[in-house]
Amino acid sequence: MGRTIRVEVNGKTHECEVEPRTLLVHFLREELELTGTNVGCETSLCGACTVLIDGESVRACTQLAVQADGCSITTIEGLGSEHDLHPLQQGFWDEHGLQCGYCTPGMIMAAADLLGQNADPSEAEIRTALKGNVCRCTGYHNIVRAVQSAAKRMAGAAS
Amino acid sequence: MFPTAFDYHRAESVDEALRLLREHEDAKLLAGGHSLLPMMKLRLAAPEVVIDIGRIASLRGPHATADGVRIGSLTTHHALATDPMVAERAPLVAEAAAHIADPAVRHRGTIGGNIAHADPASDLPAVLVALGASVHITGNEGSRQVAASDFFTGLLETDLDEHELLTAIDVPMQSSAGVCYAKHEHPASGYAVVGAAAVVVMEGGQCTEARLAWNGVAAVPPVADLSSLIGTAVDDEAIAAALADWSTDDPLGDLHASGDYRLHLARVYGRRALACARDRANA
Repeated sequence: MGRTIRVEVNGKTHECEVEPRTLLVHFLREELELTGTNVGCETSLCGACTVLIDGESVRACTQLAVQADGCSITTIEGLGSEHDLHPLQQGFWDEHGLQCGYCTPGMIMAAADLLGQNADPSEAEIRTALKGNVCRCTGYHNIVRAVQSAAKRMAGAAS
Repeated sequence: MFPTAFDYHRAESVDEALRLLREHEDAKLLAGGHSLLPMMKLRLAAPEVVIDIGRIASLRGPHATADGVRIGSLTTHHALATDPMVAERAPLVAEAAAHIADPAVRHRGTIGGNIAHADPASDLPAVLVALGASVHITGNEGSRQVAASDFFTGLLETDLDEHELLTAIDVPMQSSAGVCYAKHEHPASGYAVVGAAAVVVMEGGQCTEARLAWNGVAAVPPVADLSSLIGTAVDDEAIAAALADWSTDDPLGDLHASGDYRLHLARVYGRRALACARDRANA
């Protein structure tokens, strides 16, 4: 019944037996105890569960853990640490890009995907890229500023 | 919310997928999972066996052909929306793919899964019908090719047999054509309330070919009769006249949009798509 999968999550390799119907988001939260990835709408509309698989943003609620076998996964826990925040985490902090924080991990992972492809996105490009991530607190303005701030910080670090 | 239990098999080749389909009753093919998994989570689908075809390399990727593009069924919407070769040789497919949902969904959703699911509110069906695309299907008795206009047979229904696999889509190239996809998007789901796909070919200021099909309006993409535009400059008045009385039997209606409203939107977005395609053809 179970199937053994091997995944690299935030740089660490895990080999686990999973039931085929286990969704990736539940595998991350319940098997690996990485609870930073949130479960939101569960219908691939809200973006709260966004993680990176092989560098691409993916909905962890609409993906079986067995489909990720052999893949490299990055969750919010793999982006930065409490004492060494990723520029996006710092940007959300500095620009008040969150209130309740529920959407934030998914929002940051979607923004990380964007900045990986486009180091200097316009406001319109940021809004388009975050279209699938719903926030009911901020009204999005501060989220856009947070991503812009992170882009600047990352450009500064690169130069 | 998670699916009912199922047996999982991963097929490494088309032949293996067909063998697994033969061996198992009540099996479903899993590609990107963005149509099937939501259905399974809502328990609208509860297959006993899931055959994962997501890693079959031969089904991946768009390739240029002598007269267009062959799109492997596992090609993601993201690949269609961002591949420069697709933008050049099948620009209507690229434009519509960019309209699908959001980046994370486009990274996983595939063209084969999308059209095999045949959701009338999806963005690709009318595009493939308007372009005169054809669908490659393989099964136990060999392979066959079906016109996109014959592939969609009803609401969530296609010409695919339960033991068959959709392998590729051929999109013919018309370098002289102007194309446009005009969509009235549902603000929450991103699906098409109405999506109009237009193809217009102009030669010496006169239209030699015009096609228009819609998503979201009916169970199967309806096609407009545009014979009145042939030989004209396709000016706005001619477009308006061609679509003024357009209608289709049994328009879809739900809590988001009634059938009459969808028919109204179909005419409005049809006009916009044709005018835009004409301008692009003339440019």
